[in-house]
Amino acid sequence: MSAALLIGLLLLLCTAGYWLGRRRARAVVRSVGQPLHSLPGYYGYYVALWCGLPALFTLIVWVAFQDSVLENLVIAALPGTTADQAPELLGLFMNDVRNIAQGIVAGEITPELKAAAAHYERLQSLAQWSLIGVGLALGIAGFVFAFHRIAPAFRARVSVERTVRILLIIASTASIFTTIGIVLSVLFESIRFFSIVPVHEFLFGLQWSPQTALREDQVGSSGAFGAVPLFTGTLLITAIAMVVAVPVGLFSAIYMAEYARPWVRDLVKPALEILAGIPTVVYGFFAALTVAPALRDAGVTLGLDVASESALAAGAVMGIMIIPFISSLSDDIIVAVPRGLRDGSLAMGATKSETIIRVVLPAALPGIVAACLLAISRAIGETMIVVMAAGLAANLTANPLEAVTTVTVQIVTLLVGDQEFDSAKTLAAFALGLALFLITLALNVAALFVVRKYRDRYD
Amino acid sequence: MTDRPEGPEIWQRSARAARHNRRRHRAEWRFRVYGLSAVILALAVLGALLGSITVKGHSAFVLTHVELEVFYDPAILDPDGTGNSAIIGNANFAKLIKQSLVSVFPDVTKRNDKRALAKLVSQAARFELRGRVLEDPSLIGTHQTVSLAASGDLDMFVKGHIPRDVPESDRRLSDKQIGWIDALDASSAIETRFNIGFFTNGDSRDPEMAGIWGAVVGSFYTLLITLVLAFPIGVTTAIYLEEFAPKNRWTDLIEVNINNLAAVPSIIFGLLGLAIFLQLFHLPRSAPIVGGLTLMIMTLPTIIIATRAAIQAVPPSIREAAHGLGASPLQVVLHHVLPLAMPGILTGTIIGMARALGETAPLLMIGMVAFIVDVPGGPFDPSTVMPVQIFLWADRPERAFLEKTSAAILVLLVFLVLMNALAVYLRKRFEKRW
Repeated sequence: MSAALLIGLLLLLCTAGYWLGRRRARAVVRSVGQPLHSLPGYYGYYVALWCGLPALFTLIVWVAFQDSVLENLVIAALPGTTADQAPELLGLFMNDVRNIAQGIVAGEITPELKAAAAHYERLQSLAQWSLIGVGLALGIAGFVFAFHRIAPAFRARVSVERTVRILLIIASTASIFTTIGIVLSVLFESIRFFSIVPVHEFLFGLQWSPQTALREDQVGSSGAFGAVPLFTGTLLITAIAMVVAVPVGLFSAIYMAEYARPWVRDLVKPALEILAGIPTVVYGFFAALTVAPALRDAGVTLGLDVASESALAAGAVMGIMIIPFISSLSDDIIVAVPRGLRDGSLAMGATKSETIIRVVLPAALPGIVAACLLAISRAIGETMIVVMAAGLAANLTANPLEAVTTVTVQIVTLLVGDQEFDSAKTLAAFALGLALFLITLALNVAALFVVRKYRDRYD
Repeated sequence: MTDRPEGPEIWQRSARAARHNRRRHRAEWRFRVYGLSAVILALAVLGALLGSITVKGHSAFVLTHVELEVFYDPAILDPDGTGNSAIIGNANFAKLIKQSLVSVFPDVTKRNDKRALAKLVSQAARFELRGRVLEDPSLIGTHQTVSLAASGDLDMFVKGHIPRDVPESDRRLSDKQIGWIDALDASSAIETRFNIGFFTNGDSRDPEMAGIWGAVVGSFYTLLITLVLAFPIGVTTAIYLEEFAPKNRWTDLIEVNINNLAAVPSIIFGLLGLAIFLQLFHLPRSAPIVGGLTLMIMTLPTIIIATRAAIQAVPPSIREAAHGLGASPLQVVLHHVLPLAMPGILTGTIIGMARALGETAPLLMIGMVAFIVDVPGGPFDPSTVMPVQIFLWADRPERAFLEKTSAAILVLLVFLVLMNALAVYLRKRFEKRW
């Protein structure tokens, strides 16, 4: 809350700084009689930047570290018996303290807990007010500093542009930090997981049952973390999806690019875009409540035993989801094949389909392969359809009529709900996430490589 | 050109060649049919998807009500005649409803039957009566005809989702209850009304009371955070990469990185949000702020890529002209390139936001799957978003929630169509061909 208030105040200050700076620059010109180096607005921007940036930077650092500093202060103030607990217990204790300070009361409140929560709350409100104080003071100090630097010879534009350029560079590193964040967050947890479960057992084990035993003598919760059934399940569903999506997507792309009249194109392309824009949870609902029962009923009439969470239903609907993806990518690639190649082939007497099969498609092949690789990577990472329509039990089978589970389903089931963060079960989700990230990364890089290698071959 | 001899062309003369050509033309025809059927199949699937959801969901926009004459019995509401709203507020309003139902069916005397009878009216109807009485205490002691929301089962029965011809044990309504419903219907006490509650209520365990407003507000806050963060960061990144960045290894790395992030599965972003925002920064679980941050990271590549394409489409002559008139590089970009690229940037942003609006998986990871009744009041309150609400409702066993889920999907699709239509409009209205 205090951060939002501070940001609001700083915005006001910046606006005021801009107007005052600009007015001052104009006034200076009139009084000194010397022309300004930059346009008056730049002096305004200069003042505004000095008002906002230092305070904003402080705010970010403050918010990032406030919690851990407060926590250490609270722990330091705890009575000896409470503070000397094991680190995990202390962490739980601090969680309770935070919750109580936030007004969430769960379980009984011991006097120490109450005292610590009160202390925490006191510190928190103190920190909030001092944040506003420090932020405003910095803003005003920046204003005073910048305001007094305004002089005709001062090169405001150069300073402003340098600052803006630095801001641009900082923004452009955000994507790098995201990647680093992803890699680090899944990597650390995965390393912790692999210290409990060996890598080879995870990669080559055939048994997946992540229920870890609460008691020693418990039955059926051995906690086996062999991910092979998950990989095969993912592969099976992906394969079904591709069997549906590639022919339909590719043929419709060919038809749209080569045969369809313009008005058909204008009608069908937006319709396919709608298909691409439907949220995956809707496909999941469709798969679970329309396609799966229909397939089961069809199986009953044919005398087949179709599981109600069959891989076929999830895979087929996933294929439907991917059709527009393949068709729009392939369409772009087919259209990009130079006209001359087609004309040459047609002039030799080939029919249109012969031209397409023998000339256009070979020329477009790298792009189509890349599109398929991207589609596979999407199918592997797709979550909601399989969460809603595929099974939970890890089944090592290649039969599309049985229920299988996938990597993404397991990540979701392992992490949704309340779990302690340190159990092998939770960490397993991060190991699966790492595997998923690496596989999709490899597919994306391969697609990018194919495209780069064969791009512009005909230009 | 030479004169061509009369008669069949050379390639038509031999019978073998003619057969060969017929085969080729048949192949051509077949190929064309394959293409056309692929297009038709895709469209048919789209139609089936939308059609099945509309068929399932349209009836959720109306709700069955039961018209009852309620006697606001002072003996129940305010036995001592104090007029104290605290006492009235705690009174047993369910009993009022039960009494008025029993007065309609005087022959119902058994305790079990009375309970079954009371189950025809929504559990939440008592709160409606309570609200009315608290608003106007002079109602106490009077007879009033009120229209109360029916229970989910009655609603489903009236809409034809609970068939009469299945055995009683397989039905959620007993034969007796159906008899009462028919009697009520015969006295035209049952009516369907537009279901306002669906658009104004938060989630609820009772299907007849569950609404999407809580999820809509949660989605709004989440997307607001996403937009406020992703738009400036994305646009500035794109400006830097397109206009200022030197071509070196570092910028190449950034570029490859962005392209890769655009294809990373969304669930991975959920893992990131869980590990960084929840574990490291202790941000509140289930709050739109965390959802917004997570979706921001996911949407960023989309916005960056769209912005770069839009900036690339601005012809160099504009830049050169501005440079020639003495503009600094930053002025060229801010005063000339960016305004011209803005329609493309906005289109890309809207499409990115539409994707974020429909995204579910990463939000499951950061705990936005909780059952939340209250409408969130700010980005730090626990909340859920529309797709997650759909996911949660799809899991509920009651038949009435199937209808709600489909209706919520329809509302979500309307939002998405509106956003995409806006994007298309912007593109058509402001697009310039150079």
